[in-house]
Amino acid sequence: MAALVEAVGVRKSFGHTEVLKGVDLAVDRGEVVCLLGPSGAGKSTFLRCVNHLETIDAGRIWVDGVPVGFRQAHGKLYELREREVARQRRDIGMVFQRFNLFPHRTALENVTEGPVRVLGLDRAAARADAMALLDRVGLSDKALSYPRQLSGGQQQRVAIARALAMEPKLMLFDEPTSALDPELVGEVLDVMVGLARDGMTMIVVTHEIGFARSVADQVAFMVDGAVVETGPPSQVLDNPQQPRTQQFLAKVY
Amino acid sequence: MASDLEVVPLRHYGRWVSGVLILAVVVGIVLAFVDAQIIWEDVPEFFTHETMIRGLLNTIVLAVLAQVGAIALGVVIALMRISVNPVARWFAVGYIWLFRGLPVLLQILVWFNLALVFEHISIPMLFEEKTNVLITAFVAALLGLGLNESAYMAEIVRAGLTSVDSGQVEAAKSIGMTPALTLRRVVLPQAMRVIIPPTGNNFINMLKGTSMASVIGFLELIHAANNIASRNLEVMETLLAAAAWYMVLVSIASIGQHYLERAYGRAG
Ligand SMILES: Nc1ncnc2c1ncn2[C@@H]1O[C@H](COP(=O)(O)OP(=O)(O)OP(=O)(O)O)[C@@H](O)[C@H]1O
Ligand SMILES: [Mg+2]
Repeated sequence: MAALVEAVGVRKSFGHTEVLKGVDLAVDRGEVVCLLGPSGAGKSTFLRCVNHLETIDAGRIWVDGVPVGFRQAHGKLYELREREVARQRRDIGMVFQRFNLFPHRTALENVTEGPVRVLGLDRAAARADAMALLDRVGLSDKALSYPRQLSGGQQQRVAIARALAMEPKLMLFDEPTSALDPELVGEVLDVMVGLARDGMTMIVVTHEIGFARSVADQVAFMVDGAVVETGPPSQVLDNPQQPRTQQFLAKVY
Repeated sequence: MASDLEVVPLRHYGRWVSGVLILAVVVGIVLAFVDAQIIWEDVPEFFTHETMIRGLLNTIVLAVLAQVGAIALGVVIALMRISVNPVARWFAVGYIWLFRGLPVLLQILVWFNLALVFEHISIPMLFEEKTNVLITAFVAALLGLGLNESAYMAEIVRAGLTSVDSGQVEAAKSIGMTPALTLRRVVLPQAMRVIIPPTGNNFINMLKGTSMASVIGFLELIHAANNIASRNLEVMETLLAAAAWYMVLVSIASIGQHYLERAYGRAG
């Protein structure tokens, strides 16, 4: 079976600086891939290309057999309109470093917003589903709280529930715990471990080496706009082949 | 050290003196008006005079329609102003430059006198009408006030839209929202906090700005006051009655703004 995510030669420039210089990455169904690398390597940019928050300049990214942000016809890729891309994004959840919850809606409303407004689900059904999701992330008692009444860890868990409510095939995490106080990191990672165990396909940009070691099926190490090393955690983390990987890991430990 | 020393608070003599002075001035002015040659007992009668009430209703209708139209247009112009399409952007810049740059009174006069330069107004094959039939005093005032206000609203709405964190738009996109849905459900509700206070101020200005329609003979409060005064020559009395209505309108608008701000302030 083909990989769920297949990125080939992805290039992206901002102005004259090329940030992604040919990124290759394949993620199988149910696999958890941790993306590691120094600051400025282009990890966030690559992740944002996967759900077409950024438009790639060259290469291609396929998610579940569909070129994200494009339509294939006559041997060419035609860029899609924003509303057509919106349709594709339903299947790709994203969790941001700074949570980005809708501040004018309660936790529950944050979670039901997508199913009700985008998928057109019945309000009562969406509420029931959302309550189940909030329960899954351990926040059923916070359903009626506004984001500003929640801790960072709680906000991030609501954000995960909001993404899950769309029943995505793929979840993208961009440093989901970097903005959190150290004592709140665990509660978010626990939710992610649970997700991984339930078989969700995930790409996780993270600096949590411990998480990568215990949860990732594959670790991809990114430097200067390209993935330079991939493999199981035991290999990439404990026996890195590339000097750049060795340097980075030496600094992190 | 003795612990039972008396504490003497600072005496604010200046406050007492200035307070007394201000009171004296206010009392003086009030007494002057009481003594002035104003037939006070006629003012309530003019306040509820049939012509005055018609002027009041026209003022309200004109102000509300002009403001509502200006808000709708302002949102469109603001979206064009921040659009990626350079033609739209430049159109918006020019629009704001023109309609904000000219005095409202001049704009009202230009619309009212449009028949001097265009005899007919037509949309080819759809619609045709004589200009002086179409552009009544009401329509001219509505266009003059509304278009001028729409330029200000465009800037207010733009400030509101750009005040919303870009992470909000990305979050909306990430759950599959279309641009229209993102605007309606995520961006505009959060922009409201920035948009509402100045819009409330502008509406209060609009209520008073309708008085400019009196120059083209539209029966709003000032014109109503003048109409009544032309019959009985009680100019100041009728103006005071109109003034009382303005104060009522503005007070109601202020209270409304207060509650709107509370409703939207809580959200963000
Ligand atoms: N919208 C943008 N416009 C211009 N430059 C950008 C933009 N987004 C990212 N960059 C640049 O691209 C490079 C890669 O950024 P990116 O955020 O992808 O790195 P990263 O690997 O996620 O780093 P970090 O670990 O610090 O989050 C950086 O040099 C950054 O300054
Ligand atoms: Mg990043």
